[in-house]
Amino acid sequence: MFSRDTWKEIFLSIKKNKLRTFLAGFTVALGILIFVSLVGLSNGLKNTFDEFFRDDATNVFFLFRGRTSMPYKGYKANRQIEFDNSDLADIKKTFPQYLEYITPRISRNALVAYKEESNNYNTRAVGPAHQEAEKTIIMKGRYLNEEDIKNKTKYAVIGRLVEDDLFGDKNSLGQFIDLGGSVFKVIGVYQDEGGDNEERRIYIPYTTRQRIEKNNDEIDQIILAFKPDIGYAGAMAFETALRKFIKEKKYIHPDDQNGLFIRNVADQLQQNNQFANVLAIVFSFFALGTLIAGIIGISNIMVFVVKERTKELGIRKALGATPRAVIGTILLESVFITTISGYIGMLIGVFVLRSIGDKLEDYFIMNPYIDTGLAVIATIILIVFGALAGYVPARKAAKIKPIVALQDN
Amino acid sequence: MSTMIEIKDLHKSYQMGSNALHVLKGLNFKVEEGELVAIMGSSGSGKSTLLNILGMLDVADSGEYWLDKVQIKNMNETKAAQYRNKFLGFIFQSFNLINYKTALENVALPLYYQGMGRKSRQEKALKYLEQVGLKDWSHHLPNELSGGQKQRVAIARAMVTEPKVLLADELTGALDSTTSFEVMDLIQNINDQGNTILVVTHEDDIAHMCKRIVHLRDGIIVKDEKIKQKRASEYVQ
Repeated sequence: MFSRDTWKEIFLSIKKNKLRTFLAGFTVALGILIFVSLVGLSNGLKNTFDEFFRDDATNVFFLFRGRTSMPYKGYKANRQIEFDNSDLADIKKTFPQYLEYITPRISRNALVAYKEESNNYNTRAVGPAHQEAEKTIIMKGRYLNEEDIKNKTKYAVIGRLVEDDLFGDKNSLGQFIDLGGSVFKVIGVYQDEGGDNEERRIYIPYTTRQRIEKNNDEIDQIILAFKPDIGYAGAMAFETALRKFIKEKKYIHPDDQNGLFIRNVADQLQQNNQFANVLAIVFSFFALGTLIAGIIGISNIMVFVVKERTKELGIRKALGATPRAVIGTILLESVFITTISGYIGMLIGVFVLRSIGDKLEDYFIMNPYIDTGLAVIATIILIVFGALAGYVPARKAAKIKPIVALQDN
Repeated sequence: MSTMIEIKDLHKSYQMGSNALHVLKGLNFKVEEGELVAIMGSSGSGKSTLLNILGMLDVADSGEYWLDKVQIKNMNETKAAQYRNKFLGFIFQSFNLINYKTALENVALPLYYQGMGRKSRQEKALKYLEQVGLKDWSHHLPNELSGGQKQRVAIARAMVTEPKVLLADELTGALDSTTSFEVMDLIQNINDQGNTILVVTHEDDIAHMCKRIVHLRDGIIVKDEKIKQKRASEYVQ
């Protein structure tokens, strides 16, 4: 069936019937092209959603303090809640089963200078665990460690762009910078996938910051991570328990919405994922529709092809073509055309997606792509259904009595 | 000499709406090997239907059909196709060449369905094209050929499988008289080599170039006579 002669027959037939071949091929190529584009764009949209969370860990809670809005246990409303070092210890002690790590964060803007160069930067006084929460990537040197916290060292880890700004091409490691009036030694340089702003920051030990600020133990924010294996439900339970614990400790009314805020990244991620999934379903629906339209297109063309070739097939049958040979000729030709043009459509689609890249980022579409396996499967589906759609008219053609086919003169 | 074709009490009718059109009403005849038989009759006499049944392109309602001592009955499509390919050669009024294939490819097509290799196929096809005098035209498409040339390609195609019987349906119907005689000359030559040929025609002079005429009218054989053959070459300049 797959002899050289069979292929020669097919090539000849294709060569002599260019319009027919073009129509069939165009339908298939267009179907696959649109399918690939739709799926790709849908993935691009999903990429954008993922990007919102990519530069931070997703098993993280951010605890912010605020002013109370209700009087409680003898305290008046409108009281500023404070966090301090004892809160870190208490949370560690109370929730060991949930807690993966915890770190404070004290943000201050400071004028930072090295020799003649100076600039304003956001400094963050943190603990070692902050590296994991922010997914900070150390390029050279090291991050802050427990020793730095204990000894309140004047060490700083600076962002890649801070080094660029202040040191130019020179190596910053081991150099001393003036940070808001105190001298700090640069012990590390980092990068962050969160963008330029994230790389214009300086990390210092939180204990050092507290000593500079009149030796207090106040904290702006608490960042903590739960153990990933407790799952989404576990995270939600942890959030509830944690809220209750802090409210009790800080004498905040249980119904007070203000004194304490918890940003649960896992919860936000869940909601975003749900939204992205709904969009993906909508896109898939359209993509599937395109595929079906493509299949119907090929079916139409196959009916047309068989109709057009009725007389030729009649001649072939009179000369000794068996029904099998007739069906084989038609099907093989259609499968050949759909395979080639499906492949071309797929390549064009993938190429289009590649060339879009991040050009559509303003429309929330970033680096659209299609899984090669999916694209190939879609193409194969189209080929298989194209063949099935061709089989029905081909079988009909094979059943036509040659005498009837030959009568249409 | 052996009997090539034998039919016994052949009946065929077509359903035309609510009426049954009885086309063949019990035909009996025999064709011996090497005969050149003309089947004559006006249109509607049933001659084309008879030819189609003999060509296994159509099936009779009742009666027997023996082709070279093999009874043709209960044939499925595949079997019929193989028999047509092996035992029969067709020549049609409208040539029925495949228009996107060259003369050589058209002639080689029946051999393709026999599963013959490409090279031997083309050699054989070329041999038969040479026999009909069209060797130099082997790579031309049908629309580059004259009517007579097309019919000669069709004859070569019918001959290429070396069939037991050649069936020709009004083979000169689309040709002028000079060309008709040329084609008939070729048919006579093929017959001279011992091939059995059945020609359906309504033209008297064509019929008289055969060796026997079977007259059909309203589905019955009214006359079956051996005649003295007129040689077509006498008419060809």
